[in-house]
Amino acid sequence: MNAVRMARASWRWLTSMRTALLLLFLLAVAAVPGSLLPQRNVAIERVNSYLARNPELGPWIDRFSFFDVYASVWFSAIYLLLFVSLVGCLVPRLRQHLTALFAVPPDAPNRLERLPHHAGGLERDGDPAVNAEALRSALRSRRWRTAVRSHPDGTVTVAAEKGYLKETGNLVFHFALLAILVGVAVGSWFGWHGNRLVVAGPDHGFCDSLQQFDEYGLGARVSAEDLPPFCVQLNDFSADYLDNGQPVRFAANISYEDGGAPTRSVQVSVNEPLRLSGANVYLLGHGYAPVIRYTDRSGATQTQVAPFLPEDGLLTSQGVVAFPDANATSRTAGQAPAQVAFAGVYLPTVPADPSVGRSAHPAERDPRLMLVAYQGDLGLETGRPRSVYELDQGQIDSGRLVQVGDAHMMRVGESWRLPDGSTVEFLGTRPWVTVSVRHDPGSTVVLGGAVALLLGLMVSLAGKRRRVWARVEPTGDGRSLISLGGLTRSELRETGERNQPAQSGFAEEFARVATLAGADATERGAADAPSVGVGKVADG
Amino acid sequence: MAELSDQLLLVAILGYALAMLGHAAEYAFGAKGAVARVALRSPRELAAVGVGSASGGDLPQQPISPVRPGRPVHPPRGRAELFGIGAVVATVLAALAHVGVLVTRGLAAHRVPWGNMYEFVLAVCLVGAVTWLVVAAMRPSARLLGLFVTLCLVLLLGFAGVVLYTPVAPLVPALNSYWLKIHVSTAATASGLLLVGFVPAALFLIRTSYDRGRRSFPASLGARLPDAATLERLTFRLHAFAFPIWTFAVICGAIWAEAAWGRYWGWDPKETWAFVSWVVYASYLHARATPSVRRTTATWIAVVGWITMLVNLYVINFVAVGLHSYAGLD
Repeated sequence: MNAVRMARASWRWLTSMRTALLLLFLLAVAAVPGSLLPQRNVAIERVNSYLARNPELGPWIDRFSFFDVYASVWFSAIYLLLFVSLVGCLVPRLRQHLTALFAVPPDAPNRLERLPHHAGGLERDGDPAVNAEALRSALRSRRWRTAVRSHPDGTVTVAAEKGYLKETGNLVFHFALLAILVGVAVGSWFGWHGNRLVVAGPDHGFCDSLQQFDEYGLGARVSAEDLPPFCVQLNDFSADYLDNGQPVRFAANISYEDGGAPTRSVQVSVNEPLRLSGANVYLLGHGYAPVIRYTDRSGATQTQVAPFLPEDGLLTSQGVVAFPDANATSRTAGQAPAQVAFAGVYLPTVPADPSVGRSAHPAERDPRLMLVAYQGDLGLETGRPRSVYELDQGQIDSGRLVQVGDAHMMRVGESWRLPDGSTVEFLGTRPWVTVSVRHDPGSTVVLGGAVALLLGLMVSLAGKRRRVWARVEPTGDGRSLISLGGLTRSELRETGERNQPAQSGFAEEFARVATLAGADATERGAADAPSVGVGKVADG
Repeated sequence: MAELSDQLLLVAILGYALAMLGHAAEYAFGAKGAVARVALRSPRELAAVGVGSASGGDLPQQPISPVRPGRPVHPPRGRAELFGIGAVVATVLAALAHVGVLVTRGLAAHRVPWGNMYEFVLAVCLVGAVTWLVVAAMRPSARLLGLFVTLCLVLLLGFAGVVLYTPVAPLVPALNSYWLKIHVSTAATASGLLLVGFVPAALFLIRTSYDRGRRSFPASLGARLPDAATLERLTFRLHAFAFPIWTFAVICGAIWAEAAWGRYWGWDPKETWAFVSWVVYASYLHARATPSVRRTTATWIAVVGWITMLVNLYVINFVAVGLHSYAGLD
């Protein structure tokens, strides 16, 4: 018994407007930390560096999911409670509104002169029934919902109501919020994405499978087999820059094979993704990949295309070119391992003072590649996950990987002879782009919900609920005495605070209705308006 | 063209500053502005006005705050009112110069003039100025609000000119989309409306605390403000008008984000704060429609809403790392 009462009380609490307001406020506050702290779903590398910089505080923040705010238990709890509260509030309102849509407007109060808008004292020819009917048809043609009632004393009342659309819009707005939530859920269950760096050239294309992505995320209900079959290859990438280095245009020329269709080529740019049947391909970033040829001591040559990651807007880029199979013949001869790698900085345009070490312009106006050579054990056999853009610092610190000679600056086509007789040659660069391949089946639901939300919002804010009543009384000599009263819903609500007509434009509308009835409209002054008459309407 | 734009900005700021002085003069010399005149009228006189002229004409509209017995009310005819009207004229001229700033800027850059933070703030302020002029034309009794609106404009524009200034440049590729015209212009429109909405909201709070008997600053400012109900209703009107536009701007932003970044919503700091503002303003509209919530509480929520807008514009652009880094700030 007690449990039932408590459940009822908590349900009432949850569905009350005050609770909903509190939850809305909590939702706004809860969203804030996600904009101040790095988030895993946005930039995981920044989360890791934050954890590295704050070894004390970081894990505590992490324990309370502050690096995954929008997927955290507490954030989900707030919005789910809010939506439960919303449903609890909407369902009864929907029922009420449906009843109201088919209901007849309530009868006129006894004393119309107590309403915020009032007009009266007009006599007209004809008996009340005729005059009431005339007013009713005039109101109906102006889209008022009307009801005519005859009373035993001969009085005929006309009740008219307008503005049901306001509540309709209100309900549409709130149900649209639910639709958006459903769309988001569909997206997180059935959507997926994969990111990948693609170097230009037919040898660096990729096909849509999980192994091909550098990073990916699958929805809860998506498995690797669900990915649609298509292949993408970067043919060329071009960019225009201003003299100060600001980019003006990026365009990637991409060929793709979608399903069984023949290969086609398209231009993809930042705001124009490649839209395929089961996924879209978005252009996210770009950079340069130096092409390096290494000839080892035994004279064997290998060529590597190594994407370098940009460090600034002028595309000063850093990366590593590794030749793990170099000098394999000497290794078998029992010598120390002689794997070779180069840590490099690429400057698309060398600055006037090269010691600055930063590019002067993002386009390749006067490119230089600065390499530092390392020999020894690259540490690839340790099995530890490592970045392909940096050397394993542990191997360098332990002396297993040793720097050979000084840093060397090269132009395109130049070669550099290392002390052991091997040579490295800078052949040029190829452009690369990062693409995101995404599929979100919930996005159309979300878009539909957003459009409905906006329409509902506008209707509910613009609409005005208002009621007008007329009493048509017989004068005894075959004529009718007409009086009118009217009020808006907001006036009905605000009567507790002030007894005055709200400035909602209803005064003009009421005057027009009064003209229809043929009566002189007068508006009540504020000072002497008693609240009794209005309060009575509110009760009925 | 670019130099002309910069010079016109100076003209606009000076114009708004002049308007501020005019409003201040009216505030100082004209005891209570037009509201006092209405307050002096008897209820009988008002009742006789009738339906026809109650909503139109040159008369200030109801409601009327009751005249407190024992407080002298000076009918503000003459000089003070001239200052007020002169201030509105100065605002009109400044707004024209302000239009010139954006037009010349757009001509110089061969694109819409809202491609970086400097231009965005200029556009927001222009919407604010125009909105204010419309309000002043429709509600002459609220003219004194101009003092605070022009103060906001001078501060925002001055900060934009000194700190945010960016030379004319073409768009970065990410912005090169027709969504720039739709998303950013509606975001600027909503922001400008909410800027003007913030002024009566803050003044309503000052006025109510004055009405409750507080006399220390800032409640002391309340003495000559329009009455609380007028301020409150103006606050609601502006917010109810701006909120759907803000909603539209956020939806357009989501559609654009889908085309540019592959997802319609990614909790980028700017997106997060747009969401926060949306939720706060939605709370305001709900609180305002709930009879059991006090009007002061509801209005405080509107003030918080404007603070979140400012955080989104200034703090996020300067501090946070995100995808919306188009401010042109180095």
